[in-house]
Amino acid sequence: MGDHHHGPAKGLSRWLFTTNHKDIGTMYLWFSFSMFILGGAFAMIIRAELFQPGLQLVEPGFFNQMTTLHGLIMVFGAIMPSFVGLANWLIPMMIGAPDMALPRMNNWSFWILPPTFLLLASTLFMEGGAPAAGWTFYAPLSTTYAGPSVTYFIFCIHVLGLSSIMGSINIIATVMNMRAPGMTYMKMPLFVWTWLITAFLLVAVMPVLAGAVTMMLMDVHFNTSFFSAAGGGDPVLFQHVFWFFGHPEVYIIILPAFGVVSQIIPAFSRKPLFGYDSMVYATASIAFLSFIVWAHHMYTVGMPVAGELFFMYATMLIAVPTGVKVFNWISTMWRGALSFETPMLFSIGFLILFTIGGFTGLMLSIAPADFQYHDSYFVVAHFHYVMVAGAVFSMTAAIYFWLPKWCGRMYNETMGKTHFWISFIGFNLTFFPQHFVGLAGMPRRIPDYALQFADFNMMSSIGAFIYGASQILFLYNVIATIRSGDIVTDEKVWDGAEGLEWTLPTPAPYHTFETPPAVK
Amino acid sequence: MGSKAKWLCKLALGPVLLLMSVVAMAVGGEASEYNMPQGVTAVGQQVYDLHMIILGICVVIGVLVFGVMFYSIIYHRKSRGVTPATFHESTKVEIAWTVVPFFILIIMAIPATTTLLEIYDTDNAELDVVVTAYQWKWKYEYLNEEGENVSFFSNLATPQAEIHNSEAKGEHYLLEVDEPLVLPVDTKVRFLVTANDVLHSWWVPMLAVKRDAIPGFINESWTKATEIGVYRGQCAELCGRSHGFMPIVVNVVSKEDYAQWFTAKQAEAAETKGLMAKTFTLDQTMERGEIVYDSNCQVCHGANGEGGVGNAIAGSAVATGDIGHHLDIGIDGVSGTAMQAFGAQLNDVDMAAVITYQRNAFGNNMGDIIQPIDVYNHKKD
Ligand code: HEC
Ligand code: HEM
Ligand SMILES: [Cu+2]
Ligand SMILES: [Cu+2]
Repeated sequence: MGDHHHGPAKGLSRWLFTTNHKDIGTMYLWFSFSMFILGGAFAMIIRAELFQPGLQLVEPGFFNQMTTLHGLIMVFGAIMPSFVGLANWLIPMMIGAPDMALPRMNNWSFWILPPTFLLLASTLFMEGGAPAAGWTFYAPLSTTYAGPSVTYFIFCIHVLGLSSIMGSINIIATVMNMRAPGMTYMKMPLFVWTWLITAFLLVAVMPVLAGAVTMMLMDVHFNTSFFSAAGGGDPVLFQHVFWFFGHPEVYIIILPAFGVVSQIIPAFSRKPLFGYDSMVYATASIAFLSFIVWAHHMYTVGMPVAGELFFMYATMLIAVPTGVKVFNWISTMWRGALSFETPMLFSIGFLILFTIGGFTGLMLSIAPADFQYHDSYFVVAHFHYVMVAGAVFSMTAAIYFWLPKWCGRMYNETMGKTHFWISFIGFNLTFFPQHFVGLAGMPRRIPDYALQFADFNMMSSIGAFIYGASQILFLYNVIATIRSGDIVTDEKVWDGAEGLEWTLPTPAPYHTFETPPAVK
Repeated sequence: MGSKAKWLCKLALGPVLLLMSVVAMAVGGEASEYNMPQGVTAVGQQVYDLHMIILGICVVIGVLVFGVMFYSIIYHRKSRGVTPATFHESTKVEIAWTVVPFFILIIMAIPATTTLLEIYDTDNAELDVVVTAYQWKWKYEYLNEEGENVSFFSNLATPQAEIHNSEAKGEHYLLEVDEPLVLPVDTKVRFLVTANDVLHSWWVPMLAVKRDAIPGFINESWTKATEIGVYRGQCAELCGRSHGFMPIVVNVVSKEDYAQWFTAKQAEAAETKGLMAKTFTLDQTMERGEIVYDSNCQVCHGANGEGGVGNAIAGSAVATGDIGHHLDIGIDGVSGTAMQAFGAQLNDVDMAAVITYQRNAFGNNMGDIIQPIDVYNHKKD
């Protein structure tokens, strides 16, 4: 076996044909970052148009294409693949496995993504333009009333689903079969736990989304009437099917983020994670509950009152395990020895802002009040607090935390901290005022608005430009680190970090744990 | 600045933000720019109270949780030379912070449930109004037992020039319509909400009503405004290109004023019926046609017939071709496109006027006059 200890192949074929979990992880991360930039560019167009009342830059149809593509690309192109990339890099190193269980499938699940997003973005240049029915693409606006691009869109969703399912099966197979001897389930790092549960969620709900878009395809091309009342169908059916996927989807996005901060906060508190067991149980209960709350997105569609009450109670219940997580993180910090390097700053940012998003989630769960909140900017503020300050902040923390391990070089700490503060201020300036305009009655997804919303919208736009610009600093810092950062050779890059990945040499060699480590 | 002072500055940011939000939310009163309006209905007041209670609970929990966290951030710093503790679990604490929030939620669920049941109680309405959403306007139809039916469309009244920034924007920019919904005060009004094409949602914050308009289904909702006034809202569900341009205006008036208005509307309807049999001159028809065109067709076909979502009317083969075909398109629309069937939306007088207008305006100058009776006969064939 000695001659198998080779390095990567040379040139393009290294990336095209690689089955190495680190290479694939790297590709996922770069790809998702480029999607983050693309989706971000669309957001900048949206915020520029909303800078002032009146139509200035784009016409309303194009505005809708922007909001739709922004949402789709951020959810499916930026956040989801970034966590899959992180899983690829870290899960084998955290459980003491040499690679993922199904390396060839791993290559496939990555490589079908770039062409798919290329196709999706290219619909912008089609006659009739890109899909414009929102990232939630409610029928019949997305079927009978959609342009020709809807067919391409459906194809894209199918392929993305395929990629996610393959990725998830791989993660499940890896975690279940390839743990080093002694690495029992209850010894796994929380990042591995949260990803295992996420992978099960993905396998359960991606086929449901595929079902929804298949029904759309039939309605558009084969004269069925799943979602058309005129033919005996029901437009609300679409929403039920979509949100049966959609609500678990938001937890698919946030659970790995929970995992990340559960690794980072103990490291910089120099104290073990508080309540490991309860963290695992809380994650599992959140996952379970996420299947029975979907209709809280549909309080206004006219459900029977019994259904409305059921979904309200179930949704309120989700706040309990979510609260447990927050309490555990704070108890981890309590009486630790804290230091505030960039990953910790982003994790604390996550903790504060995600909690605020959780509070607004709790407010939204109150059905009668949601009659006022629903489809207003209040909802937009809510989900950006949980998705951007939740998922994206934790992802950023993860990059700063593990990058030195990956490439053996240290990022520039001053620049990292600057990135944090600009992001934190920019983010809050963007999204905090949206609570106010939402409550005051501004609907979401509109290209122009009444004059009383003008001041807060201008603030929002300025904040968005600041937050957007701060990402350039991030990109620069990462590239500078990889090319010329200070060399680090300590196995434990961070003195408080725990886990198998920190027992490996720095930078992590191309092949690791070819012989399983012993886990105490 | 010492490193300690620098720290305090940084730390101040969180609480300051939080405080700002609480203050900003608390100053909210009527139609606030910061907060949910209390509204002019009993239900609206209840919803507002629910909102403030849950917000209050969140703020209290937030202050506690963030307080502990910031204490830790300030006093448990490595740079202070502390040695970290090693504790990492406590079943008692875990049970406590599972059970206590659970009970807080139950306390919250009780008023939420009563309010919800009240919102769903649409019985004993004194007046029924059918609200039908179209891309991109609202139609209101009063269901009364006797006399002429009253039904009309309500379109955005803001001029395109204001939207495109060539004129100064008025006070109610984007929140003004050509014909508002008129409702009597202190009367339980039931809305039967539906849609003609895609999903929409009828939302008036001051009435605390938001109901999705779904094609093929009828949703019920109700309100009982206790104060006379004008209340504005917007479509809340993405419904395509002009989703941002289909406002709602509700004019709540005294019962006497309402009765007067309603009688006048009935008389108007009767008059329109009478007009059906009349013959008009080109000038009369063109004058009416322009009004109909501006409020119904202009969004897609352009103020000067230059086109947009729909194709150009100026020089169009249809508008300068066979009258029958032109009427077909006006009445039945073009299926599978944004061109709807206007036959059910416009009465025969208005249809005749707008078709005549399209054939003679924008340089088309066909010289044809279509009379209401022509439309009537065309529909019958
Ligand atoms: C929601 C947008 C919309 C509105 C409002 C609208 N139209 Fe159209 N209209 C269209 C579209 C799109 C077409 C092109 C249909 C096609 O592809 O054949 C069209 C085509 C037409 C045509 C045929 C023109 C030609 O040269 O082919 C006529 C006539 C017409 N509309 C009349 C009207 C009248 C009259 C009104 C107002 C009462 C109206 N339209 C309102 C979207 C609209
Ligand atoms: C305490 C936990 C949470 C609760 C109780 C909660 C509750 C809700 C409710 C009731 C809505 C519907 C609002 C409406 O449309 O009227 C909503 C919307 C949303 N939530 Fe949450 N939420 C929680 C956490 C999260 C998390 C963790 C995420 C993702 C990371 C998330 C993402 C979203 C998104 C994306 C939407 C809007 C979807 C759309 O309509 O486009 N939420 N939430
Ligand atoms: Cu949800
Ligand atoms: Cu709308």
